[in-house]
Amino acid sequence: MATEILMPALSPTMEEGTLAKWMVKEGDTVKSGDILAEIETDKATMEFEAVDEGVIGKILIAEGTEGVKVNAAIAVLLEDGESADAIVASAPVAEAAPVEAAPAPVAAAAAPAAPIVDTSPDWPEGTPMKQQTVREAIREGMSEGMRRDDTVFLMGEEVAEYEGAYKISQGMLAEFGPKRIIDTPITEHGFAGVATGASFAGLRPVVEFMTFNFAMQAMDHIINSAAKTLYMSGGQMGAPMVFRGPNGAAARVGAQHSQDYAAWFMQVPGLKVAMPYAASDAKGLMKTAIRDNNPVIFLENEIMYGKTFDVPDVEDYTVPFGKARIWREGTDVTIVSFGIGMTYALEAADKLAEEGISVEVLDLRTIRPMDTAAIIKSVMKTNRCVTVEEGWPQGSVGSYISSVLMQEAFDYLDAPVINCTGKDVPMPYAANLERHALITTDEVIAAVKQVTYK
Amino acid sequence: MAARKTTKQPAEKPNVSADELKALYKDMLLIRRFEEKAGQLYGMGLIGGFCHLYIGQEAVVVGLEAAAEEGDKRVTSYRDHGHMLACGMDANGVMAELTGREGGYSKGKGGSMHMFSKEKHFYGGHGIVAAQVPLGAGLAFADKYQENGRVTFTYFGDGAANQGQVYETFNMAALWDLPCIFVIENNQYAMGTSQQRSTSSAAIYERGKSFGIPGEAVDGMDVLAVKAAGETAVAHCRSGKGPYILEIKTYRYRGHSMSDPAKYRTREEVQKMRDERDPIEQVREMLLTGKHATEDDLKAIDKDIKAVVNESAEFAKNSPEPALEELWTDIYA
Repeated sequence: MATEILMPALSPTMEEGTLAKWMVKEGDTVKSGDILAEIETDKATMEFEAVDEGVIGKILIAEGTEGVKVNAAIAVLLEDGESADAIVASAPVAEAAPVEAAPAPVAAAAAPAAPIVDTSPDWPEGTPMKQQTVREAIREGMSEGMRRDDTVFLMGEEVAEYEGAYKISQGMLAEFGPKRIIDTPITEHGFAGVATGASFAGLRPVVEFMTFNFAMQAMDHIINSAAKTLYMSGGQMGAPMVFRGPNGAAARVGAQHSQDYAAWFMQVPGLKVAMPYAASDAKGLMKTAIRDNNPVIFLENEIMYGKTFDVPDVEDYTVPFGKARIWREGTDVTIVSFGIGMTYALEAADKLAEEGISVEVLDLRTIRPMDTAAIIKSVMKTNRCVTVEEGWPQGSVGSYISSVLMQEAFDYLDAPVINCTGKDVPMPYAANLERHALITTDEVIAAVKQVTYK
Repeated sequence: MAARKTTKQPAEKPNVSADELKALYKDMLLIRRFEEKAGQLYGMGLIGGFCHLYIGQEAVVVGLEAAAEEGDKRVTSYRDHGHMLACGMDANGVMAELTGREGGYSKGKGGSMHMFSKEKHFYGGHGIVAAQVPLGAGLAFADKYQENGRVTFTYFGDGAANQGQVYETFNMAALWDLPCIFVIENNQYAMGTSQQRSTSSAAIYERGKSFGIPGEAVDGMDVLAVKAAGETAVAHCRSGKGPYILEIKTYRYRGHSMSDPAKYRTREEVQKMRDERDPIEQVREMLLTGKHATEDDLKAIDKDIKAVVNESAEFAKNSPEPALEELWTDIYA
């Protein structure tokens, strides 16, 4: 049967091209791989190869013709013994599927009646409590996760024999052995990739970055390999793993060791991002992170490691993702924060209470998923909102919260939302400059007074 | 352990039976015809974006798959259609993924460069040059952790061999004795840059030397030489001796991707390779001269393969586009 040879698309964007030169003539026998013609696209002159065997029965488009549409018939190929007389030119059929518009996400209601918020307590009344540092809580969360599931292992620089650069994994090598507590070379890009590959094959790696600043070396595997594979594989395989380590400024370590990456990771579909403040949350969220079937970014803070909190002393304590914690109820203004930002938020709330301003303080705990319903519910009561974080202002977590409030709680706002953030500068080394580069409690207090018109 | 060059001769006496030789021929021809069809569908606008064809390199993956056992894993770059067919993935599902349809391996959401099959232990299909190298070592890490005796074939190109993460991975793979075969498919061009212009030393197989990883160079146009080298590498890895490097010298006939006019090499260079070294023609010759098959037998094979490929194209055209709801699925497990 005669087949039409169609004008080919030779680049992702080509719609038409010039048939520059025929390399065959009518009557020529061609086989797969022979060059039929040269075709000029918007980018280059390409050789166009035969796919089928046969005889060139008729050339329909003369060489030198410009503006030949993709999929237009340019020649007819005959099988052995067929005659060119049998050719009936037909109209080219464009077979490309029609493009349909994707559905937009459901438009946000201007003013939600009452968002559904899970306000259940994290632990029941009367639960026995113990005092624990954030460091101990993270370690306990990891260790309990490892005791429960043999596929969980910890890998990173100095996690085993050195017992952790910040002593998070102290004692874990002794308990779990070198098979599951693994010292890596200083090779973040490489070991993040190795861990991600291991997670594809069913293990549950916990990857410690000595600090998240070094995770920049591993960014490609975190985003392109870990976060996107479930989607790209149509759900066949994903990366159940945890990337954890200290994030943000410590003290006097300068620009390259002091960045808060919360807003960067928050942007990526496929990732979950936890950033605990209290020890109980550090433990409960860590256990949830290890059990989660997705890649979780777990942002800790060096300054918080030594802080002590009450932690429920129960067998299996976990904290769900996407559930904010109300640290302090109030009526005049909502402060939303997470991680070390909570230090400033709570300190400001204490001082403002002395001045008669009642502040509600919300700890997001996870910023992806983010409990925006809890924020909205609180703002519907207080009508004012200040966000607090140590990261940079442009594209901050707070600016996202502001946009959510604009779209979903505009009618409830009595003042513009103010984002208290770190300053828009690389972190300086000098002690006085560093203090000013970070957010301060005084700035939070000033922002609250501004939105309450005090 | 010193790296060494291969001493294997092109197999005048095939180390395989007539049936095996025929199977290798079939597997290579399926890839060749499938890729030609994919090129055609791209030309018709049915396949979009980037599409990297494997034509010319068929002996690499077919030879190595002949050395693999059930349960062994593989991971590769974006030039992945051949690897998928060779490990037994269904031609219909692969072609339908190329056309971005519901019947594709990733429901149309991955495309040419991002396909996976848990069932066939195929871990992608990765679009970032060399990212699959540590991922492959990670798969091998999981095998070692689970003590299951499996090995992983980690394929990458001569271009990827210049990425830093390859050497980070060599170091860890050797340090931890991971059962990983690093297969460098050296097709001589990193997109448009020849190996001479991008690589300080021509012997890429020697790059494991400083990590203590043995390596050998293999004629990648000779499927039997590839199979034999694959068996050596598999035996090494499976016995717990750690990783192994195979630099397989091959050649791609087509451009880097569909939109590459390949002006960085002469038409004569390509034609000479096709005429003198074609991996499929070599086996065809062996089958005929060894009287393992007649012209009619080979014609019948050709016909069967054409039927499979045509059916895959029909399936890929007729499979519906994914439902719009699919936009929002498989983001979280």
